[in-house]
Amino acid sequence: MSKSVAPVDQTGSESATVVSHLHPVGSFVLADHPAPSGKEEFWRFTPLAKVQDFFDDTLERSSLDVHVEPGSGVGFGHLGLGQSPRGTVLTPVDRTSAIAAAVPQATHLVVEGTLERPVRVNIQGESLTHPTADHVVIEALPQSCGTILLNHTGAARHIGNVEIIVGEGANLTVVTLQDWAPGSVHFGQHEALVGKDAVYRHIDVSLGGSLIRLQNNLSYASIGGDAELYGVYFAQSGQHIEHRLFIDHDHPKGVSHVDYRGALQGEGAESVWVGDVLIRPTAIGIETYEANKNLVLTDGCRVHAVPNLEIETGEIVGAGHSASTGRFDDEQLFYLESRGIDETEARRLVVRGFFATILARIGIEDVEETLMRRLDAELAFDKEN
Amino acid sequence: MTERKLEIRDLHVSVETETGSKPILKGVNLIINPGEVHAIMGPNGSGKSTLAYSIAGHPKYTITSGSVMLDGVELVGLTADARAKAGLFLAMQYPVEVPGVSVSNFLRTAKTALDGQAPPVRSWAAKVNDSLAKMQLDGEFAARSVNEGFSGGEKKRNEIVQLDILDPKYAVLDETDSGLDIDALRVVSEGVNRYTAQGDRGVLLITHYTRILRYIKPDFVHVFVDGHVVEEGDARLAESLEETGYERWVKAAE
Repeated sequence: MSKSVAPVDQTGSESATVVSHLHPVGSFVLADHPAPSGKEEFWRFTPLAKVQDFFDDTLERSSLDVHVEPGSGVGFGHLGLGQSPRGTVLTPVDRTSAIAAAVPQATHLVVEGTLERPVRVNIQGESLTHPTADHVVIEALPQSCGTILLNHTGAARHIGNVEIIVGEGANLTVVTLQDWAPGSVHFGQHEALVGKDAVYRHIDVSLGGSLIRLQNNLSYASIGGDAELYGVYFAQSGQHIEHRLFIDHDHPKGVSHVDYRGALQGEGAESVWVGDVLIRPTAIGIETYEANKNLVLTDGCRVHAVPNLEIETGEIVGAGHSASTGRFDDEQLFYLESRGIDETEARRLVVRGFFATILARIGIEDVEETLMRRLDAELAFDKEN
Repeated sequence: MTERKLEIRDLHVSVETETGSKPILKGVNLIINPGEVHAIMGPNGSGKSTLAYSIAGHPKYTITSGSVMLDGVELVGLTADARAKAGLFLAMQYPVEVPGVSVSNFLRTAKTALDGQAPPVRSWAAKVNDSLAKMQLDGEFAARSVNEGFSGGEKKRNEIVQLDILDPKYAVLDETDSGLDIDALRVVSEGVNRYTAQGDRGVLLITHYTRILRYIKPDFVHVFVDGHVVEEGDARLAESLEETGYERWVKAAE
């Protein structure tokens, strides 16, 4: 984070300068982020042996083709190193992010006024061997309103940072869909700064690829910001999908709601969800709730769900968290089957239902339906293979 | 041509417990002809609900011997959905919540599965609304997740909405009356009576109390104790039960 980091205060004094113990201090300097050993709390769930190249800053990385559909109404341009607002919100918290933050040219998307329809940004991977890195800056100007879908497809070994600035009174939805080809790896840091009285909605949808690790951070520029962070993921056999969230309540009267839901199926399917909400002494009157639910469809899956709350002031509206992991509910299936619905269809209904409330938050009907069909395909995948 | 009836013959059912297999049903015999309402009454723990669930094919219950024939189709060994397709319906004592699946979508999926084709789109919404209205449920229930956040009475009424729309040949109603206030009991009973008024539908009404029998007139009453039928009669048997309770049979079974 570019602004000074206020402390997690273990002693009650406001002068302490210890950052949240769960999150590394951000830095643009590569040397500040040594390649991890895997023993670090921050890295312990990630299968590092598969991704050693992601920590190698000497590799030559090109950028992926970022295609914004023409006539979408979103401003499109580029930002060089050090060119504002690039780097004003996102400070890299790990080595991969620092590598992506150093790309010479970042994509700049500007939302001004009201976007009549969602803007699809296709980010297309082309190689499982050639590493790529990108930095995307999404800037919603004050009082603007819009939805941006970052649609990641194709084959890639990619680091993708997304820096999001939500201006005062703006209403921005960012959907990031990770629908990579098999074998792909995607690291990324998403960092949003929510302006005064702004509404920000972020929806992570992670489906394809062999390893996805996204660090999703959010803080507030002023009072009254309202943030909703949603996630949907489906891990198949051998797939590792990791979402790490850090919400930094550093201003009064902010709201954050987090709901990530995942399904797992097949031997070695693994998901990680680490949520952390820090409520600093300045965050008077805030309200936060974070939840993670996992539906384990077969044997052989692994789920790590770690919700954290660091509360430094009691003068808040509310703070809570929950995490759950369960199998198909036999009673639900029997209820549906007793009405004539066969087992396959009953499972499909239950899984659809599990994700439906999240997908409905996207508010873009055809995207919701596309994602539902993708989730149906994920569910059917196991039977076909 | 096979004779139309739901025939339960010498049905034995066990459940697996930590201490091994425990027999619950010990030779149940019942014949429900189309157009008949049979009440099964018995004390708690007598196996009434086990009878309902094992007929419907709940995987928790193992049918160790016996037969359940529905219009000539052997239900034992069939999956729950195949039994429903054969014409069976179970209104559950504890209807299950299915988050994210709307009542409308649920009904439509079930109707499509039972009929082998989707119901006509044009008339479908009106049909669901009409059915909800008859059970005095607001039209907005169609868009709500199945049973999620419903009160106990709304869940039971939603079961009868399903009975109305799916319109099976035989319906097993498992303590549909329990927990209902007097208005809900009346609404639910009227729903069941509309179903039986078709003339050729069979009902197995499982209940602990006689009060629902003031609204739904049974043709036959079976007293169920310790996993089987111990006495049979007409509606007057239910009246005598109201006075004497199940004690004499329970004592005899001990």
